[in-house]
Amino acid sequence: MTKSILLCGVGGQGTVKASRIIALSGMEAGLYARTAETIGMAQRGGSVVSHVRISDSPIASPMIPKHTADVLIAFEPGEAVRCIDYLKDDGVVIVNNKAVKPVTASLSGSDYDGSDAIKYLQDNFSHVSLIDGDLICEKCGSDKVLNIALLAGAAASGELGITVEGLKCAIRKQLPEKTHEMNFKAVDYVNGLLKQEA
Amino acid sequence: MGLGAIHAGVNLVAGYPGTPSTEILETVAKNNDGSIHVEWSVNEKAAMEVAAGAAYSGARALVTMKQVGLNVATDPLMSLAYVGVKGGLVIVSADDPGPISSQTEQDTRTFAMFSKIPVFDPSDPQEAYDMIKDAFELSEKIGSPVLFRPTTRVCHGCASIDVADSYKKNVPEGFVKDTMRWVIFPRTSFLNHEKIEKRNPALGEELSDYKFNSVVKRNGKKGIASGGVSWAYLNEAVSQLGDDKFNDTSLFRVATPFPFPEKAALKFLDGLDEVLCLEELDPVIERALIFTAGKYHLKTKIYGKLDGTTAAAGENSPESVIRYVSSFLGIENLKAGELPEKPKTPVRPPVLCAGCPHRASFYAVKQAMKGRKAVFCGDIGCYTLGNAMPLDMVDTCLCMGADVTIAQGIRAIDKDTTAFSFIGDSTFFASGITGVINAVYNHNDIVLIVLDNSTTAMTGHQPHPGTGITMMDFFEKRKQGIREDIANAVSIENILRGIGLSFVETVDPFDQKKAIDTVKKAACEPGVKAVIFKAPCIALEKPKRAYSVDTDKCIGCRKCITEIGCPAISMNEGKAEIEKSLCYGCSLCETICPVGAIGVKGGADD
Repeated sequence: MTKSILLCGVGGQGTVKASRIIALSGMEAGLYARTAETIGMAQRGGSVVSHVRISDSPIASPMIPKHTADVLIAFEPGEAVRCIDYLKDDGVVIVNNKAVKPVTASLSGSDYDGSDAIKYLQDNFSHVSLIDGDLICEKCGSDKVLNIALLAGAAASGELGITVEGLKCAIRKQLPEKTHEMNFKAVDYVNGLLKQEA
Repeated sequence: MGLGAIHAGVNLVAGYPGTPSTEILETVAKNNDGSIHVEWSVNEKAAMEVAAGAAYSGARALVTMKQVGLNVATDPLMSLAYVGVKGGLVIVSADDPGPISSQTEQDTRTFAMFSKIPVFDPSDPQEAYDMIKDAFELSEKIGSPVLFRPTTRVCHGCASIDVADSYKKNVPEGFVKDTMRWVIFPRTSFLNHEKIEKRNPALGEELSDYKFNSVVKRNGKKGIASGGVSWAYLNEAVSQLGDDKFNDTSLFRVATPFPFPEKAALKFLDGLDEVLCLEELDPVIERALIFTAGKYHLKTKIYGKLDGTTAAAGENSPESVIRYVSSFLGIENLKAGELPEKPKTPVRPPVLCAGCPHRASFYAVKQAMKGRKAVFCGDIGCYTLGNAMPLDMVDTCLCMGADVTIAQGIRAIDKDTTAFSFIGDSTFFASGITGVINAVYNHNDIVLIVLDNSTTAMTGHQPHPGTGITMMDFFEKRKQGIREDIANAVSIENILRGIGLSFVETVDPFDQKKAIDTVKKAACEPGVKAVIFKAPCIALEKPKRAYSVDTDKCIGCRKCITEIGCPAISMNEGKAEIEKSLCYGCSLCETICPVGAIGVKGGADD
């Protein structure tokens, strides 16, 4: 069993931290874990991609081969579309519905708002969960819960290799104590929303 | 690699930050029980020399840098290859195929050949951990520094690895005087050169039996040779395409590209008609195999970068390796699901953060020089991003420190221009100072702009001489919120005055009026002038306040977007809008808004 999870977003959104949470949770469960992260220049508002692979046998490549990812966790709709080639045919997409408009788009007067990207995902993939990141952050009182909210969505899909409880356990172990409460709140809130939808 | 070094009993670690090598030294610092001397040296040359001194004294020493840093350290490296060491000296030079965040795609393995020093090439974090110890042992055995070259995909990632339960600390003997050994002279160099040329082929023979240099012989006429992370991709390709497809294919993994394990290569090449080489950056394995085949009159055809079979530049990936292998072995390629045409995704180049003081500094210089001929020489760091529109304030960028000297060359030829050089605080210490002395000495006219944000920001906020904090207690002090040790800090202003500059002004770039006036004044004076823009990197600060736009006052002129390009500002229904989660409250947009529509909480009047 190998689970391949691709995380993508914009520098500064917490994608790298999220990928480490998944990897460390896998290790805690006694599994092999590998990640490959883009950091450095991309930190500054550029596109960020993290590859995470968890398996019960040694993993050769830290990078996920295209068309084989089980889950795509996208912190931004346009970034989801940019990375969609990594997803397998019946893969799961967890996507934040809020577009991050780059300076280049503002300068050129482009009307990019992420809606075309979301429509494309919904038209072409059967397992797409939209997460209202702004709403959840507002409910939990912090912009910093976005990554946990998306992980909660992915955990609820059952394809992450981590259960919702496992995610809470990872939060307890890997994040500073003062952030636990708001992150738990985000997990519960996302679960509540997804149950309603189901 | 950091843990590997600690578990190999390392005594001293020195380096200079550079992606993707930075975290190695940081790992040692975080896990240091206080017995290891850990330092960010001012540059890679200094790091190499500090480590050499330690290794002369019998210590195990590790040096870390990125590949372009090795260029800076080349002078000591080339001589050190001849002089040798007593304690083990391992030089980690991390390569960056792509390149993802570097100026060049140079290959440390080629550097190993050039400097005649052995090199290790790990393919994953576990191997990197294990091989560091092997590298120290080899270094001590042959009395030579040893290179170690991981790449981005080996450096930047998590992996579960097995580590040693216990380890022995190396106890250095101390420096023992020996003129013939430690003082380099032409006569000793000649003798050492002979020894090295004799040693390396013999070492190649010996390394042919090294456990990470592996040959798998199979019955067919085809073989694949690889190393580094490409070897991991090859293994991925085997599992994706199916082991059975490789039943007749011989495999050769090269973990020590120099000295090349020729004996192992001959075993691999024996009976093969065709060989595919999979590697990143230079065709090192490919050339060595062609050489070996020629030397032993083998008819084997070698494919790779040189004949265009594989890409000459850029990173490999699991897909590219699967594609190369499929085509080489005649395997039908995995079918890729065809997706309908994608909607356009926005281009997302990296930009200066919202609230970054560099934006204010660049903007002030731009305003001050409006309508005047000027050239803006930039350098390596976050501030290279000042190049992006709409700031457009970086006309040249070559290598660390070059902003100061290139500005002088341009000004010497283009006499009616005002030549600016922009340099960060860490870069100033690393290699800017000599350039300033050069300008003073040769009466070259430049305006030096020091962008002092009190950290080495681009590589992840390392301390430098200007902060006074060392790596011996950096993490401890960071926990306590201490970012500066004033008593120990080296002052940029004092250095500049010491060199002989009479115009040295320190200004807060967010005080735009003063900033613009100071630059104007500097541009009018002859000689070398310096303006130090001092304001901390926002990544180290909590947001001061969030600004917002009073939509009733906003006239939709877009000046806040077209002038400064802050990523927190965009247009919404004809009015400017500030994303509050990104705003740091720097006030630059408030300063430039012509109608006073931007302020803290809904307008300047509030």
